Amino acid sequence: MSAQGSAILANEDLRKKLLQPDEITGSEMLLRSLLLEGVECVFGYPGGAVLYIYDAMHGNPDFRHLLTRHEQGAIHAADGYARSTGKVGVCIATSGPGATNLVTGIATAYMDSVPLVIITGNVPTSAIGTDAFQEADITGITMPITKHSYLVRDVRELPRIVHEAFHIANTGRKGPVLIDIPKDVSAQTAPFIWKEEINLRGYNPTVMPNKLQVERLLKAIEQSERPVILAGAGVIHAGASEELMEFVRKTKIPVVTTLLGLGGFPSGHEMWIGMPGMHGCYAANKALQGCDLLISIGARFDDRVTMKVQGFAPHAKIAHIDVDPAEIGKTVPTEIPCVGDIKVVLQLAAQKAKPAKSAQWLETIRDWKQSHPLAYRPSDTEIKPQFVVEMISETTKGEAIITTDVGQHQMWVAQYYKFTRPRSLITSGGLGTMGFGFPSAIGAKIGNPDRLVVSINGDGGMQMCAQELAICAIHNIPVKIVVLNNTVLGMVRQWQEIIYDERYSHIDLAGSPDFVKLAEAYGVKGLRAKTPDEAWKVWQEALDTPGPVLVEFVIPKFENVYPMVTQGNTLDDMILGDEA
Amino acid sequence: MSGLNDRRHTISILVNNQPGVLQRVAGLFGRRGFNIESITVGESEEKGLSRMVIVTTGDARTVEQISKQLYKLIDVIKVVNLSEHRMVARELALIKITAEPERRPEIFGLVDTFRASVVDVSPNTIIVQVVGDSQKIDAMQELLKPYGIRELTRTGVTAMIRG
Repeated sequence: MSAQGSAILANEDLRKKLLQPDEITGSEMLLRSLLLEGVECVFGYPGGAVLYIYDAMHGNPDFRHLLTRHEQGAIHAADGYARSTGKVGVCIATSGPGATNLVTGIATAYMDSVPLVIITGNVPTSAIGTDAFQEADITGITMPITKHSYLVRDVRELPRIVHEAFHIANTGRKGPVLIDIPKDVSAQTAPFIWKEEINLRGYNPTVMPNKLQVERLLKAIEQSERPVILAGAGVIHAGASEELMEFVRKTKIPVVTTLLGLGGFPSGHEMWIGMPGMHGCYAANKALQGCDLLISIGARFDDRVTMKVQGFAPHAKIAHIDVDPAEIGKTVPTEIPCVGDIKVVLQLAAQKAKPAKSAQWLETIRDWKQSHPLAYRPSDTEIKPQFVVEMISETTKGEAIITTDVGQHQMWVAQYYKFTRPRSLITSGGLGTMGFGFPSAIGAKIGNPDRLVVSINGDGGMQMCAQELAICAIHNIPVKIVVLNNTVLGMVRQWQEIIYDERYSHIDLAGSPDFVKLAEAYGVKGLRAKTPDEAWKVWQEALDTPGPVLVEFVIPKFENVYPMVTQGNTLDDMILGDEA
Repeated sequence: MSGLNDRRHTISILVNNQPGVLQRVAGLFGRRGFNIESITVGESEEKGLSRMVIVTTGDARTVEQISKQLYKLIDVIKVVNLSEHRMVARELALIKITAEPERRPEIFGLVDTFRASVVDVSPNTIIVQVVGDSQKIDAMQELLKPYGIRELTRTGVTAMIRG
């Protein structure tokens, strides 16, 4: 098992105190269990069905809870915490609307395999099924978007369920686990009994790969002349970045990283080609289309990567290393399946790995990179969004945690920020959730007090969770909030321009607030830049500001993300834009 | 979503007997676009575990996905595609037909031939119970149709590997 299971509470004295078999309420059991799992901070919002739980928090000095201003903010913050630390993120909401407000956040985490434990209150057991006030069947609603879920019917089961939930969330292919606690269960008392061992017959993730398959992989590498590694989020989830580097060093295989794989292999490394896919760079897409061996490492052949599947990597033998056997062959016929913990598989493979015959291929890729670099038309008068991302990348040396929303700015971040380490890009990849960028930065900062956290958003997404500025202000959480303001829904506008003959339908965000004043209304410092000169100055000021700060960059409305592959086409059909 | 290579598969799933487990399994089939022809659930040889038997159609790749996706459910302990083995598959049907006294001998003759049985008799109807593989039940149903089937209920297939 990878070394990143649940964190164990380090404080021995506290641990002893918590393990006392006292007769306590379900609510107290929950808090104790969370502390025993090493939970540092819970993001939540109270309500009727969780009143006993919140009552137990009152005056509990060991338990840290952050009150967000919307349940969606709470779960995105928990998600940002989990993605940036590798530990389980936890959030709490009440029954009914509290629980349903979490749904988008649960789906976001599920699509990107993020370990979360979600606690919801429910109406008392006797009222379940009666359409009681604030009742919602949240275990039923979330069944398709959780790795597992529990409805606690007996208070004595609570410690076991919490322990299992953390285990399930953060092992194998990670994911969100929901625990629904009826109000009466949170009030009932029983002796607190904590057992370390877990007994789940139906859950036993594969760690060790089939050795024969690993040998087949190594043989295929030796014989290949044009190999490529497609590194995905799985590398980061498994904590296998160093193993990937060693594997690349031995096999001489160049790497493309998916959106969620960025940072799993350092951008800018000589063996790094770039991000492939719909807005991938020229060389990365050419490499996928031209390769004779494609090794996916924790990447699931998402449709934004493959584009038209018939015609994807047409000359390649496909190998796939993944912890989830269901991903093997799901989208692309796979010849060499290696199911196991990616860290373990790469360690094992690196022991006997011999280099591919890739010298000439690496030369070709270098030529592609040089002839078709990512490019945009610079400006002395307007602030180009790509320029802003480059500026942030340079000034933070590629070492910041960057969170994004979804859309054009997300792609510009993926293209122009040079990520040097894993757990640095926090973005909603699979679900593509607007409103994720800013609250996830709050969670990331809570989990990484020593790292700089920059949240890059569009003007649309910023307004989907802007209310969380309140937490930044009141707790002085020093997140740098960037708003790239083009006054439109940029990616939708781009599609309408290119695919719908410039028929611009409902993309104009006129009526948006003055973002500087909005920040200031919450007590957060606000800054604005309208020219490239101001951009440098204002960004420097933001970096020098000790607390939270929002920086608005006014950017041109009609800037597009290139390259672009439109839907229904293969990666060969890239629209390159004027400058590339 | 049916294709040339689609075949019928009978899949046996051993699950934790937990509330909601049927919903988890059926929901998975629904949202991934897998088809369910019939589903049966009941106790298994082990306390706390139930066995579901699902009849589905699909090509080899679909059936492989079904199995892999089922294994991802925490409450699923074991999945066996019975169709890859020699199996015994049985279904039970209750068929209520119009049966005026004068026609009954003829119907009883049919029932005997199928080794089915009459489990209820009223002034104008009888209920026939038939057990067998699905084709046998289809055939019984077809033969009883002319008498007027008033109500029909089938359990769906349950099955196990021979030997």
